[in-house]
Order: sequence, then C-alpha cells, then structure tokens
Amino acid sequence: MPVSTTTQGTPIWRLRTTRAQWLQYLGWLTGACLFLLCWKVISDNTMWVFVEDAGRQGSDLISRMLPPEWSYAQRLWKPMWDTLNIATLGTLLGIAMAFPVAFLAARNTTPHPLVRSAALVIIVASRSINSLIWAMLLVTILGPGVLAGIIAIALRSIGFVGKLLYEAIEEIHPTPVEAISATGAGRLQVMNYGVLPQVMPAFAGISVYRWDINIRESTVLGLVGAGGIGLQLNAAINSLAWNQVSVIFVMIFATVLVSEWISARVRHAII
Amino acid sequence: MLTLSQVNKRYPTGDRALTDIELALPRGQVMALIGPSGAGKSTLIRCVNRLVEPSSGSIRLGDTELTRLSGRELRRARRAMAMIFQEYALVDRLTVMENVLSGRLGQVGFWRSFLRRYPADAVTEAFRLLERVGLPHAIDKRADALSGGQRQRVGIARALLQDPQLLLVDEPTASLDPKTSRQIMRLIRELCAERELGAIINIHDVALARQFADRIVGLRAGEIVFDGKPEALNAEILTTIYGEEDWDTQGEVGDEAGAHTPEPATRLALASGGAS
Amino acid sequence: MSRQALARQGMWRRQPMIQDPKLRWGLALGALVYLLLALSTIDVNWARVAEGASRGLNFLTAFAQPDFVSRRGDIIDGILESLTMTLTSTVIGVALAIPVGLGGARNIAPWPIYYLCRSIITVSRTFQEIIIAILFVVMFGFGPLAGMITLAFATIGFMAKLLAEDIEDLDWRQVEAIRATGASWWQTMNHAIQPQVMPRLIGLSMYRLDINFRESAVIGIVGAGGIGATLNTSISRYEYDTSAAILLIIIAIVLLCEYSSSHVRRWTQ
Repeated sequence: MPVSTTTQGTPIWRLRTTRAQWLQYLGWLTGACLFLLCWKVISDNTMWVFVEDAGRQGSDLISRMLPPEWSYAQRLWKPMWDTLNIATLGTLLGIAMAFPVAFLAARNTTPHPLVRSAALVIIVASRSINSLIWAMLLVTILGPGVLAGIIAIALRSIGFVGKLLYEAIEEIHPTPVEAISATGAGRLQVMNYGVLPQVMPAFAGISVYRWDINIRESTVLGLVGAGGIGLQLNAAINSLAWNQVSVIFVMIFATVLVSEWISARVRHAII
Repeated sequence: MLTLSQVNKRYPTGDRALTDIELALPRGQVMALIGPSGAGKSTLIRCVNRLVEPSSGSIRLGDTELTRLSGRELRRARRAMAMIFQEYALVDRLTVMENVLSGRLGQVGFWRSFLRRYPADAVTEAFRLLERVGLPHAIDKRADALSGGQRQRVGIARALLQDPQLLLVDEPTASLDPKTSRQIMRLIRELCAERELGAIINIHDVALARQFADRIVGLRAGEIVFDGKPEALNAEILTTIYGEEDWDTQGEVGDEAGAHTPEPATRLALASGGAS
Repeated sequence: MSRQALARQGMWRRQPMIQDPKLRWGLALGALVYLLLALSTIDVNWARVAEGASRGLNFLTAFAQPDFVSRRGDIIDGILESLTMTLTSTVIGVALAIPVGLGGARNIAPWPIYYLCRSIITVSRTFQEIIIAILFVVMFGFGPLAGMITLAFATIGFMAKLLAEDIEDLDWRQVEAIRATGASWWQTMNHAIQPQVMPRLIGLSMYRLDINFRESAVIGIVGAGGIGATLNTSISRYEYDTSAAILLIIIAIVLLCEYSSSHVRRWTQ
C-alpha cells in the first residue's frame, strides 16, 4: 500500500499504486465488454416474441401442473426403485474402478510417471463428460435400459472419486509409509499398512458423497432412455401431462432430500 | 558388523549431504550421532537401509553389500535393520497390535498380512515385547489414542519384532518431554544390551547422548569431525561440531528437549552465560 | 479368555469394526440381499447388445480419427454458443447468488429472509439442470436464452449455499472489531465480511464456470442451446467420429478451464 507525497509535501495514502489502479480498471472494462458481447450473441439467437410471452407461459404451466394427479404416484414406485439401483450399483462399480486408478494417479504411489499420465487422462476424460452424454452413447450401444444407466453413472464417477482420492493419497503423512518400508515390507504390503489406513476415511466419505450426487443424476438418465424415473418424466412431458410431471417432481425432490440427509449423516459419522 | 566406506550422498539439486563417510560399528555398540540440523544425520542412517539412495561408496552389513541390492533382496536385508522414528511413525488408524505386528511384514506373505493372520509365534513375541515396553493392556487401542511416550514404546516394539541385528534410531526423543526422553533412551539402551544389538542413534540432545551412548560421532556439513568416547567430548570439540557457543553452560542446553527449536535454547544459554 | 491372554498364547485376530456379531452378520446379509435384488432388476437384451457391440467398437476407433471437418460449422457455432452461455450465466448467477447467500447465512440474516433464501437454494440444488432447462424452454422458447437462465439458476443454488456456509464459519472477532469502530451495516460488510470470503468466492466462481461449461454441453439435448444439440444429433445418427471430435473439444476446454482456474486461485490467495 503506497504512500506518496503531494505537491504540498503532505504524504497521502492510497490502497493501490496508480499503475495497479489502471490495470484493475482495464481488467473490469475487458470483462464488461466480453460479457456484453456474449449477451449480444445470445440475444441475437433468441426469438424475443417468445420471451415476452414467458410470464403467461409460466403461469399457464403452473396452472396445468396443479393440482398434481396424486394417484399417478402408484405407478412410480418401480421406476423409483430402478433409479435407486442405478445410482447405488453405478456408484459401487464406479468406486471399484476409481480405486486402482487413484493409486496409479497419485504421485507417491504410482509405479511410473507414464502410468500416472495415463491415469490422469482417464480421470479428466471421465470428469469432463456428463453422465447424460455417457448414457446417450451407451444407449446406442447397449440398447435402452437400466444397464446403460448403471454404466453411465459408473463411468462418470471414476473421475470424481479418482480425483478426490488421489489428492487424498498425495496428502498422507510420509513417515508411516517410510516406517513400513523400513521393515522390509513388499510394495502391496506398504500400500495396505502404510497408505490405506490413512486414506480410508476420505475414501468412504467421497464415495457416500458421490452416491448422493448420483441419485440426483440418475433421476434424469431416463430422458435419453437409460432407465429410472426419467423415462416416466420424459413420457409425461411428451404427452403434456403436466399434472403427472408435478407428481414426479415431488418424488424426485423427496428422494434427493432423503439421500442428501443420509449422506450428510454418514459423512459426519466418519469424520 | 556395519561398515561404511567412502559413502557420498549428493542430492539432485547439487547439495552435498554426505562426504566420504568412513564408519565401522561393532556388534553391541550403541553409537550416538550428533551434529547441527542439516548436518546429514538423518540422511546417513537412511542411506544405511536405503530409504535414501547413497550416491557412491560401500555399506556392508555383515557380509552383505547393501548398496547393490534390489527388490526382494533389499527387503530381506531391511529386516535385519530396524528403524525407530522421530515422530514415532505409527499408522494412526491401526491398533497397537497391528502396528507392532507390522514389524513382521518382511516375513509373511501379502495375503496373510492383508487378512491379519500372523503366525502364532509372531503374535506371542509381539505380545511379549509389548509387555517388555509396558503396554500389554493397550493391544486393541488405536495408535492415535496413545501419548507420545507410549507411541514411541510401540515404535520400539515394532522395531524389535523384526528381530534385527542393528537399530537405526532417528531422533527418538525430539517430540518428548525431558523425563520421557530419558526413559525412552534408557529402554533402548537396555534392549540393546539384552539382545546385543548395535545401534546408531541420531540425536540432538548432547547431554542424553553423553549419558547413554558408548561412542559419539560428530557430523558437521556431511563430514565426520569427531569420533570417540563420550568423555572425550569437550567444549572445544562441541565448537568444532556446532560452531562458536559458550559451552560451559551446557546443563541448560542439555535439558532443553525442544530439538525443533534450537533457537531459544541457544539464546537461553547465551543469556545465562552472560549472567555468570 | 481375555484378548490379552489369547495374544500371549499367540492367538490374535483383528477386532471387527462392528462388535455385536448379530448386527454384523445382519448388516452383511442385508447388503447381500439388496445387491441380489438390485442386480435382478437389470434386464439385458443380449441380442441388442450383440448388435450394439460393433457400434461400441466403432465409437472407440472413432477416437483415433475424430472428424472435426465435416460438421465444422455446427461444431463451431455450438461451442461458441456454449461458451457464451457459460460466461453470461456464471456472471449473472454469481451476482444473484451473493444476496441469496447473504440471506441464507444464519448469523447475519433475519429469520423470514433466511428461510426464503434457503428454500431457493434447496430447490435449485435438488433438480438437475436438464429438468430446469425443460421448464425454461417451455417458457422462453428454444435457444440459448433458456439455457443461460437455467445455468444461472443452478449457479445461484450452488454458489449461495457455499457462500452462506462460508459466512457462517467466518471469524466473528474481525466483524466485531469493525463494528466496534461504529461502522454501519454496509461498512461492516465491506471491511469485515468481504475480505474474508472474497478469495474463496473467486475460486468457487472459477470452479462453477467449469461446471457450467460441462452442463452447457448437455442441456442442448432438450433444446436449450449449446453444443449439446450437435452432439445429440451426431450420436443418434451414429456419426461417432463427429461425436468423438466434440467430446475431445469439451475435454480440452475443461482442461484449459482447470489449468487457468488453478492459476487464478493462486493469484488471489
């Protein structure tokens, strides 16, 4: 924080130097221009007639959703059960694959830098691609159904769990690992005794957290045909049965709240 | 029994950690390694069991040349050299018994160790050692539930379960209070006598080194500058090892357990030296 | 016999995590039964899988020779649209998330506002972006505007929740120190709360930018603009070489985002 002297010779204090001040203004100006440019692109691609109509459309939508057709809930138990299974089995499969990948990706446990790069590529690819895209691909390959959903969830979970887990592995205390190596233990024994106990709580926490996210994601996989309650949602929207859509929303809302509560409780218990 | 000759260690950054170390340790001798922080004490003992790779030179344990071993042979050789660490280096989330039994990892297969199915003689021996260090009641406690002194005792039991010929001890008392430090040093000393073990104890505390070691080696900037009996260690030699200081007030220096904070210890010595 | 006495005789087993054997076996059995039930819901049409297997192979080989050229126009338009949606929605979403986050922090907001903001956060977080996108497409018509509003809405829930938690955890002594000087509410915000949460807010915004980009690749499926529509078309037409090209572009942009956000975070801290 610079202090400069005015022409009268009295020192004045300012937060930043003149140069830094100007750079900051310039940064803000660039940001604002970029934002306006993007806004213009969007506005050019928008039919403003429809947007002016949005309020009416919205209230129309709400009036069609209410009251919800509660009896429809009877037919939702099976899809909900499927959704739950997609999330749970997908998480199990995902963490089973993420576990070795994380050990290969962590700087202190990887057998070779090349292996590490390969593992990091797997993690980045899996993280970058949304589970819905995985599901779209898998549906064209495996056909529609629960299996495509499970694998989509699993593929997306590898990156998430793998990244957080390998970061946890890189943060362990090195001395216990050194101590176990000094006893003459083999490589796997060092992992089992020195590394694993240190990362186990983090691993359990990450897995439960991902399970909670997967419940949310599996509710929409049906939109592209990969099973679960999303199939019903898609059918209801296509047939414009908005009072059924609202029932599905309530179901999803309740399930997600419960799973979030469970996940928070479990993580709290572990830590 | 342990012979180091011409051992050099140079880090990739170009720093010379050890220069032409010549050292021979006969069976049953307890040797204290003293020197200022960064003198290469930890590097030296880690070169012996090759947690750090020496750059050149020869290290022999009995008839085995340690520097040339690889993989399985190295692991076998490591069984004969047990190490005790500064911060105890226990695995916090394992129980005391699992920590002690991990001393046998070099001798049991992966699946046995994974399922914790250790042979009966290993378990008996582990329990006997825990009794010897005074912790038989704690077998099912988690290591992070113990106090500092207790944890170091578990560390010692783990080291002895390896049934080693040599103990490599890295700053065993650095994190302990003065009383516990003496108890731990006495325990190591007694165990070495019982089992006729050689030991290299790398230690900051000159007073403890004098009291418990048969021989003292002083290291300065990676070179051995003193090697002799504890009685031969006088103010002049301490100056060679640590640099200029008023060593006549070493009572205070010795009692100061805070090896992590040599700074205040020095200041304390200076202050009292000025007053006298 | 006690475990000590057993250990003296060389008998020692690891203590199980759950001490009560009934509970332990009960839980194991329950997990097994659930697993079997869940696995039984998977019905696989093997004929269909066999038919699709060659397509799977095609898809994998497509990654070796992605086709950026034949749909170049669509890809460029889609990516640009995704990027603009990402940027505008993040800016608008973060700007709106700040008041909601302040209102959702228990220690500075009055009760009615707290509940209102918390329910906004919950609703926004519960529903996947794509569900919200469907509703907004119905309201605002097809195109990037609906997508942008969707992403901005999702950003509000994400950012406001984390911001509110940050404010609830902040160091209250600093706030008291500023208040003790006789500062007004706005001055307190500016001098005590903003400096404490700002670095994390910037970091989280960068992270959300990254998430918004990834999501913008999906909401196009339901007509909310962005690269998703092009991707969807290419997959349903089995033009896997184009899909591979798009996926590779997405991965590259995400990597770039991550790289630059780690720089920004280091710079702000």
